[in-house]
Amino acid sequence: MLISGWGQYPYAEAEILSPVSSIELQQDFKDGKTTVCVARGLGRSYGDSSLSSTVISTRYLNRFHCFDETAGVLTCDAGVSLDDLLGVFVPKDWFPVVTPGTRFVTVGGAIASDVHGKNHHNVGTFCDHVLSFRILIANGDILNCSPSENRDLFLASCGGMGLTGLILDATFKLKKIESSFVEETTYKAANLKECLALFDEHNSAIYSVAWIDCLKQGKELGRSLLMLGRHSDKGGYIDLKKTVPSIPFNMPGFCLNKFSVGVFNSLYYGRVREKIQERQVHYSPYFYPLDGIENWTRLYGAKGFVQYQFVIPKEAGLEGMTCVLDKIAQSGAGSFLSVLKVFGKGNDNFLSFPFEGYTLALDFKVSTRTFELLDQLDAIVHDYGGRIYLTKDARMSERVFKKGYPEWEAFQTVREKYGVLGIFSSLQSRRLGLDVEH
Amino acid sequence: MKKVLIIGATSAIAEATARLFAKRGDQLFLFARDQEKLATIANDLKIRGAQDVYTGVYDASIQQDNENNFEEAIKQLGGLDVLFVAHGILPDQKACEVSIDDTVKAFDINATSVFAILTHFANVFETQKKGSIAVISSVAGDRGRQSNYVYGAAKGAVTIFLQGLRHRLAKSGVQVLAIKPGFVDTPMTATFDKGALWAQPEQIAKLIVRSLDRKKSVIYTPWFWGVIMLIIRSVPDWIFHKTRL
Repeated sequence: MLISGWGQYPYAEAEILSPVSSIELQQDFKDGKTTVCVARGLGRSYGDSSLSSTVISTRYLNRFHCFDETAGVLTCDAGVSLDDLLGVFVPKDWFPVVTPGTRFVTVGGAIASDVHGKNHHNVGTFCDHVLSFRILIANGDILNCSPSENRDLFLASCGGMGLTGLILDATFKLKKIESSFVEETTYKAANLKECLALFDEHNSAIYSVAWIDCLKQGKELGRSLLMLGRHSDKGGYIDLKKTVPSIPFNMPGFCLNKFSVGVFNSLYYGRVREKIQERQVHYSPYFYPLDGIENWTRLYGAKGFVQYQFVIPKEAGLEGMTCVLDKIAQSGAGSFLSVLKVFGKGNDNFLSFPFEGYTLALDFKVSTRTFELLDQLDAIVHDYGGRIYLTKDARMSERVFKKGYPEWEAFQTVREKYGVLGIFSSLQSRRLGLDVEH
Repeated sequence: MKKVLIIGATSAIAEATARLFAKRGDQLFLFARDQEKLATIANDLKIRGAQDVYTGVYDASIQQDNENNFEEAIKQLGGLDVLFVAHGILPDQKACEVSIDDTVKAFDINATSVFAILTHFANVFETQKKGSIAVISSVAGDRGRQSNYVYGAAKGAVTIFLQGLRHRLAKSGVQVLAIKPGFVDTPMTATFDKGALWAQPEQIAKLIVRSLDRKKSVIYTPWFWGVIMLIIRSVPDWIFHKTRL
């Protein structure tokens, strides 16, 4: 079957296995039925991370196992989605400590990507709240991993892009909330300098993220809206039942261009009239704005799109970010949704993306010009000592990867030790020189 | 809160439906063959909000007296509002064509066992004069087709049985719902190529719960299968025989 990641680029032919239990799956590995494979949850990684000749879908591994109400500790299968989790636990006033910008990711995927959210500066990544998980390795053994048990495999698997085995289930913490709502405060920033100063000023905010207008140049370069949030104590529990509009088919590729994105950006920026705006919003549109439009990726046309998210160290700050934004604005390649955020300290996981600094997420429709631009951005990011998020990557070179993730060798050593090298392998791992081509 | 008894509770459609019952805090009794899997599901449903979840052994491939187990289950639940029968197998049509055993066995699992269950529970519902019976049949039972008439014959028999039961129980105020799913993407159909007509078990589950609430009699899930099957039923033989359906 022909499948792709969320960006609809690239596509690859894959055999999809959907085991109904971990026991069945374990037997397949013991019998040596599975050779080269990678796990796939809801296919929300953008590029080729979940593509391989055999893809193991965790769709039927989707059950809750136990919930400790006093400690807020949940154990569930890797295929449980955050959407499912929120539906069950928000009514009970619990919320994931870390959530990415979509609710359609699985717990296994969240661990393998070591996802971050709008509160990274306070609480770190998803895996920083994972107490343990069980992982199936190539010989059919199932191992317990935690920061103390099989620590090396834990560090490699958190953010390890599924290359260390198949995560079966996990135990992690939830946090208490008091209502389904979030108090949001939006600050208008006329340019990048103002935006970064606002981030600094509000570094104690629970959630913070900035939407940035990538088409503006000169004095207005980096004009943005900084959105802060905290869980509200008012409003109680409300399930937001809205019919979700859907983009029915791939739009013609030319629909998203410098002008349409420019108009959108002006409207979006102009929507906020005051310098500071406060309002109460439901958690769903607050955390998952794009989940409100089904198949939104079709806006980019049939050729698909690539996401580009990088982080550069804090000290590179304004200068590095200006350099990148200049390059993008000059190119005129409109990034529809550009999101800027300040990361807190990184963790010890070998391939986890975040470290202390600034991160910018962009998306571009697939074209030769885009790839040229991204190569140029790679060079800038590289010069400032930054790196690129593997979950969103579909095209980075081996050289850029290895420079950005200096612990890749430790990662490989662990893969070799547990006998998963070349077995749990994706198009991405082959492109990045972690596995050999077949 | 309703008291719901599910037979074949480890099937994908049954599990998805049970999750909706659990979400609204119902009390569940689950019967299935694989007890290990059933325990996992029961645990999950408790976390999802089910008031209580009990489990019991039921194997449609073995002819045995299940009446005591059913009575115990009703006692444990303290009554019964909904019976949901969801077990079944998809036999290999080609294998059945050369094996009387396979053909008869498939019919027993998909039809005879359902008749046995319904015969018992019909009396329970008739006496209490309220409640709902919901059974998964299939669009395959609407017209015999060369590609799956062994499965279709059993499902067709179930549909007719339900029709008669509905007639009988109408005066007792008991709902008898026949659910006719089209193609559903479940482990039972893992080997099929999936096209645009395929539905997810979660979709079917929503329709089942809604139809129970609205006291429906027969539903095609999703709805467009009603149209498709109307056409398939109306095609005259001389054309139908030229198709490979």
